[in-house]
Amino acid sequence: MSNEIEAIKDPGLPAHVHRKADHDPEAAKRAERQVATMFGISALGTILLIVSYIFIPDDLFIFIPVMGDQNAHQLGLGLGMAISLFFIGMGAIHWAKTLMPDTEVVAQRHEFRSPDSDRKEFVEAVKAGAGAAGLGRRSLIKKSLGAALGLSALSPLLLLRDLGPLPKKELETTTWKAGTFLVTDPGNRRIKASDLEVGAVAQVLPEIEHPEHRKLSDIGKDAVLIIRLRPEEFNLEPDRLAMTHEGIIAFSKICSHMGCAVALYEQQTKHLLCPCHQSTFDVTRAAKVIFGPAARPLPQLDITVDGEGYLVARQPFSEPVGPSFWERNSQ
Amino acid sequence: MTAEARLGSVANYVDERTGAAAWMKKNLQKVFPDHWSFLLGEVALYSFIILLLSGTFLTFWFDPSQREVIYEGGYEPLEGLKMSAAYASTLHISFEVRGGLLMRQIHHWAALIFMAAIVAHLLRVFFTGAFRKPREGNWIIGVGLLTLGIVEGFLGYSLPDDLLSGTGIRIAEAIIQALPVVGSYLAYFAFGGAFPGEAFIPRIYTVHVLLLPGAFLALITAHLMLVWYQKHTQYPGPGRTEKNVVGYPLMPVYMAKAGGFFFIVFGVIAFLSAVASINPIWLYGPYTPGQISAGSQPDWYMGWLDGLVRMAPPLETHAFGHTISWNILIPGLIVPGILFTGMALYPFIESWITGDKREHHLLDRPRNAPNRTALGAMSLTFMIVALINGGNDIIATHFSLTINQIMWFTRFGIFILPPIAFVVTKRLCLSLQRADRELVLHGRETGRLLRLPHGEFVEVHEPISAEKAYLLTSHEQAAPLELPAVDGRGVKRAGAIRNKIRSRMSVANAEAVAKVSAEDLKEIDSH
Repeated sequence: MSNEIEAIKDPGLPAHVHRKADHDPEAAKRAERQVATMFGISALGTILLIVSYIFIPDDLFIFIPVMGDQNAHQLGLGLGMAISLFFIGMGAIHWAKTLMPDTEVVAQRHEFRSPDSDRKEFVEAVKAGAGAAGLGRRSLIKKSLGAALGLSALSPLLLLRDLGPLPKKELETTTWKAGTFLVTDPGNRRIKASDLEVGAVAQVLPEIEHPEHRKLSDIGKDAVLIIRLRPEEFNLEPDRLAMTHEGIIAFSKICSHMGCAVALYEQQTKHLLCPCHQSTFDVTRAAKVIFGPAARPLPQLDITVDGEGYLVARQPFSEPVGPSFWERNSQ
Repeated sequence: MTAEARLGSVANYVDERTGAAAWMKKNLQKVFPDHWSFLLGEVALYSFIILLLSGTFLTFWFDPSQREVIYEGGYEPLEGLKMSAAYASTLHISFEVRGGLLMRQIHHWAALIFMAAIVAHLLRVFFTGAFRKPREGNWIIGVGLLTLGIVEGFLGYSLPDDLLSGTGIRIAEAIIQALPVVGSYLAYFAFGGAFPGEAFIPRIYTVHVLLLPGAFLALITAHLMLVWYQKHTQYPGPGRTEKNVVGYPLMPVYMAKAGGFFFIVFGVIAFLSAVASINPIWLYGPYTPGQISAGSQPDWYMGWLDGLVRMAPPLETHAFGHTISWNILIPGLIVPGILFTGMALYPFIESWITGDKREHHLLDRPRNAPNRTALGAMSLTFMIVALINGGNDIIATHFSLTINQIMWFTRFGIFILPPIAFVVTKRLCLSLQRADRELVLHGRETGRLLRLPHGEFVEVHEPISAEKAYLLTSHEQAAPLELPAVDGRGVKRAGAIRNKIRSRMSVANAEAVAKVSAEDLKEIDSH
């Protein structure tokens, strides 16, 4: 495998070059002082840490060029700790490099492979052991042991079953019902259509009886964005247009890609952008995906107003909100 | 009693109780080769120790619970807000526990540096061929540590339950939920019900502080024991062979240097933590699924994964009442799975291509293994393109580009740039080999011009030292495998396609600029 041409000869390890401290006691003394100085600086660092901990109040801010206003307490603690640790290390390494022996040592390696006789005996021993247990002959034992081991692995899986409930239809439903009022988030106040100017955008939630007990897991499905455009700006199918009210359109705020909150609305382009993976939805075309990894538009909520002019859902969402899952019927 | 005598009596005490003298005398003299690139793994090890220390400190105050509380701590902007106990206790550590913020910063910085050091160490091991026999097992342990590190880091920065980290958990939940057939069940089991629930943070806390650190300790111990037992690799050079190891003895030089280096790493991390604040969770606010902050970024070692997910095309299959999210499964699970499996198996793939089953203790200079180096550059380019896309929003705002431009650049770049990197790197390696050959044959250019009697100008070249000449020519140049399609008796061999692939890869792998032999030099001398 290796080349048969004659290689250039190995001249062997280069000659050792002595350091100044090896033959000059003055230099050795100086190196010793340098090491001691570094350990001394480390001690000063620890003192800085102690002083900062006890005496600098934790609400004192000082101005430091480039860094701006800094909390003096934190800075003192951190710098003290950094100095105390760093200079222990520097001292130790300087000590090793200047005063400890620096001649390189050669040790021999040995091949890991054992002598052939040992290997042979090892193989024999394995074979003899396996033979004594009858692994080769008693196939009934082997098979039943395999089956038992395999089955026993089920028990930890089974025991983990109670980690959580079954999803049932929960991923497909939200709190929104026909007639649920839209309320502000935060604030939990009903919204009049007339409160919303053209170009405005607001996050809303469904009205519930005890808003102070609203669960995060519900917000994760219920959050809705309402946006008001001029009705002529829409480019919608008639059935979708019927789901808007005087230019107010409502979409699930939960991204159809991976569930982040689609919170960035560009008023100029009327695009909604998800900050997580930049899926971009066109509000004028029923949140159609115009860029990014999302494969489905944001579900649209059918809204109208009640007799007093408050915004209200006409129907629940007609499809599951949020990211896809196996059971989702997306056709 | 002098210090030496005292230490001697300690050694005596230990041996009389353990009989360790025979083992210790040998191993205290154990030789470690010296090179800056061997420090990268050490940085990872020391960062891990720092993580254990600072992490333990944080557990004394952190409350891993998603129970809802009203914040009444010292940070006014969040006063009276509803939040989880986890977030409130992280605020408490940051503002009321003296040194708490410093420890949080040290823990987070150490995690970032831990991962960076692992990656740098992995690149060193890869590009120098240190993973070859007998160290394939240790390579696999290393890949395992890298994978666990990514998971552990993600779980760690998810614990504070702030708006940014909660968004990260939301994405992780969407990946679980996207698994065909079992996805929504697994998600409900993991979260104890609907996302976010109240079970997830306490659960990942146990994994983060107990299960994974335990796995780390076990794997790191095995990793180091193998290094110890197999002895460290060394760079080639005069006097260094496959049969020896040249360096400094453990006691005292290596102990002092390694021990000192631990303090330096700790000191640098403490310094960074003191002056460069990261993850200011109090600015993000508590997590709620209806809100988000712009410019959401994961930590850097997750960035490539996020970048892949961002660049995925909007692909879903809708059929028979079911949905399969290829836009999540491919970038989130399938591609990373292929990458990491390929990485773990690489030592075996390379030895299959070269047919080399011998032990290797001398490292390769990357240029002398052009194919491997090119493959490394290709993988790195892939990762960097993905990472760029992971920060596309930040890059867009900093360089006045649109997100769309960056996204389209990376969508094409991820396919086009890695192969280009492969070709360019391979050519560069071969050129460097050629330069080495020139140097050995014709010596060093001195820059001195000489005018010959007939008027010609020539530059004087000086021969290089014997040591350098040896270094530049000591590598092996193996011929490609000979895998004829028919065997000795004229019968077609089984697995013809496999053989053909192996043969072609072996030929590509053996491409090299012939190194200088002793004959070449003699010939030049005789001119």
